[in-house]
Amino acid sequence: MNRRKALAGSIAVLALLASACTGTGGSAKGADAKAPDDPSAVKGSITVLTHRTDLVQDGTMEKYAAEFNRTHPGVKVEFDALTDYEGEVKIRMNTENYGDVLMIPAVIEKKDYPRFFASLGSEAERAARYRFTDYATVDGKVYGQSPIGVVPGFLYNKKVWSEAGVTDWPTTPAEFLDDLRAIRSKTDAVPYYTNFKDMWPLTQWTNVNGSVGCDTGATTALAEGDPWAEGADLRVGDTLLHDIVRGGLAEKDPTTTNWEASKPKLAKGEIATMWLGSWAVVQMRAAAEQAGTDPADIAFMPFPARKDGAFCAVTSPDYQQAVNVHSDHKEAARAWIDWFTDKSGYAAANLALSPLKDAPLPDVLKPYEERGVKLIDLDDTKGGEVKTIDNQSEVGIYKPDYRQELVDLARGAREGGLDDFFDDLGERWAEARDSLGS
Amino acid sequence: MADTTREAARPVPPAAPAGPKRAAPAPRGPRLSRRLTPWLFLVAPLALLLTFTYAPIANMIAYSFTDWDGVSPELSYTGTGNYTELLTRSELFEVFLVSGYYLVASVVQIVLALYFATVLSFDVRFRHFFKGVLFFPYLINGVAIGFVFLYFFQDGGTLDSVLGLFGADTDHAWLGTPFSANTSLAGVSVWRYLGLNFVLFLGAIQSIPGELYEAAEIDGASRWHQFRHIIAPGIKPVLSLSVILSVSGSLSVFEIPYIMTGGATGTETFVIQTVKLAFQFNKTGLASAAAVVLLLIVLAVTWVQRRIVPDEKVDLV
Repeated sequence: MNRRKALAGSIAVLALLASACTGTGGSAKGADAKAPDDPSAVKGSITVLTHRTDLVQDGTMEKYAAEFNRTHPGVKVEFDALTDYEGEVKIRMNTENYGDVLMIPAVIEKKDYPRFFASLGSEAERAARYRFTDYATVDGKVYGQSPIGVVPGFLYNKKVWSEAGVTDWPTTPAEFLDDLRAIRSKTDAVPYYTNFKDMWPLTQWTNVNGSVGCDTGATTALAEGDPWAEGADLRVGDTLLHDIVRGGLAEKDPTTTNWEASKPKLAKGEIATMWLGSWAVVQMRAAAEQAGTDPADIAFMPFPARKDGAFCAVTSPDYQQAVNVHSDHKEAARAWIDWFTDKSGYAAANLALSPLKDAPLPDVLKPYEERGVKLIDLDDTKGGEVKTIDNQSEVGIYKPDYRQELVDLARGAREGGLDDFFDDLGERWAEARDSLGS
Repeated sequence: MADTTREAARPVPPAAPAGPKRAAPAPRGPRLSRRLTPWLFLVAPLALLLTFTYAPIANMIAYSFTDWDGVSPELSYTGTGNYTELLTRSELFEVFLVSGYYLVASVVQIVLALYFATVLSFDVRFRHFFKGVLFFPYLINGVAIGFVFLYFFQDGGTLDSVLGLFGADTDHAWLGTPFSANTSLAGVSVWRYLGLNFVLFLGAIQSIPGELYEAAEIDGASRWHQFRHIIAPGIKPVLSLSVILSVSGSLSVFEIPYIMTGGATGTETFVIQTVKLAFQFNKTGLASAAAVVLLLIVLAVTWVQRRIVPDEKVDLV
């Protein structure tokens, strides 16, 4: 009995000790990562944390580094590719050792950026040249820069769609559903593939936000209004997803889908359509080449909604690259970010939108240009707030759960009606906003 | 054992200063070092235990009183706020209904394991082969099992094609509805953990002296009688341990449903929910509180079980 008491006591002491040292000492607030004046004079060894494990493995990143060394011979660049990027970096960021250059993980709250990252300059100065600066702006200073921009849309197999007799882009959700029905009846393809089991493809549906109403203030609307109010962007998108599944236009068994396997299936025309982003086009075309089908069959279309006769597509940044505030080689790190954003050709290689405002559109988006699709940059001033409400409410518009529930609801694996489902989401959203406001 | 320790301790005595008690009378030196020796052997495991088991638990308990998000350097003390929130949100405990499936499955698992252990402890042809077959799944990594069974349950996958061989209707989404999904997942869990129970039972059964069976047979006892009166009471402690393990295991199911469905379609368990709170919604404080609550629930259930079925000394002879 005595011994047990001693043990309990020591656990209590440990608990006290632990609570005393839980507060991490990240007090270095507000450092700057200045661009070096003379690129050839910068020296130092930097580690770049990246989520692109594929590019590190196949040596592409090494090639970028070699290219970078031509103008910056004194900088040694090393890559640290992380498979579970979010999860691993989040834990590493409890220390000071999280690389010199890293992608800002989604978990970091905007207000904490100055504690973790060095500033790249003022917004006024950077916004003139780059897109997406306000996604990483805190108090007028910019802390990250995305090397590419993406546009959400439906990836579709042109051949399958034309076999079904559809050649023009649908302009309303109802038309889109009709087209999918035509595909179901006239071809063997699965009209729409949800990728339910891998979860993250479902989160892509949040990027509908802005495309329906063509409003650059769509993110602010999320923070201030009910995202599932009648006619709101997310409601329109979620209703379409619901109707696709309810109408039997999605794969028969969503619970055992497989993302990797879905790529060749789309390429071969076994799947007709998927809602993703322009970033996926390269991967699908590569899959088509491997499967021996024509990569040109993989095409891209905007969300079926028009405002004043024009489609709208929202541009959004990928991960933002930033400099670790604790880095010993901030100049070298900054030089890498600048070079990677401006000169590496990374955006072009990924058929993505360049973060440079004056760069031309990538080939993938040429059809968009021809048909007058309006590309809009959302105002992200309230982006941080939206994320906080999202987490607080546990709704998760950037997480897969609620859309999995939506799909379950649509295919009858969950009880309830769609209206009640949206009402409940709206209520939780409003409640969370109120609790944060008080 | 005691002798060897004394041997090992002997070289140290008075010559070497045995700590601050140097001034103590001569006999105390060896006695002290003798008392210290086992602790010296224990230093490494104890350090590991403290660093990797108790310190994290202490940390977790500390976090459960804060609103930490898992990464921000700023965290504030919220008192029992997290616990109040947990206990007032009844929907957080609904997930325990899912544990019911695993509880039922563990009954099946224990009965099966007991059956196989009994049969294979007698002289059966290929018994070692069957022992291997039964134990094998337990050796496979849980993640691999998750992936294998994803293919197994796929639409038109292994299960469907095997059923097709027997002419059964093969058009079924096994993970499609909450009932079907949970049953399938619980089935996987039985497949996986059957081997462990089986080995425990087998070991216990084999420790029963063989003469008992012979005597019983002479007295005309059937196999069932032997099981009922010799084996069952003989392995009672192991049996009750298995029950305790499977009840607490059912309450904290995690890896199989997490890998296979991620908690979708009504397969979310309490641990999956906790993980989602911590790593998806960044409520590390609340999630820590949930983990503490689960720990307390498991401890309470175990305590109740021990009360109902006290640990008795087994005395067969």
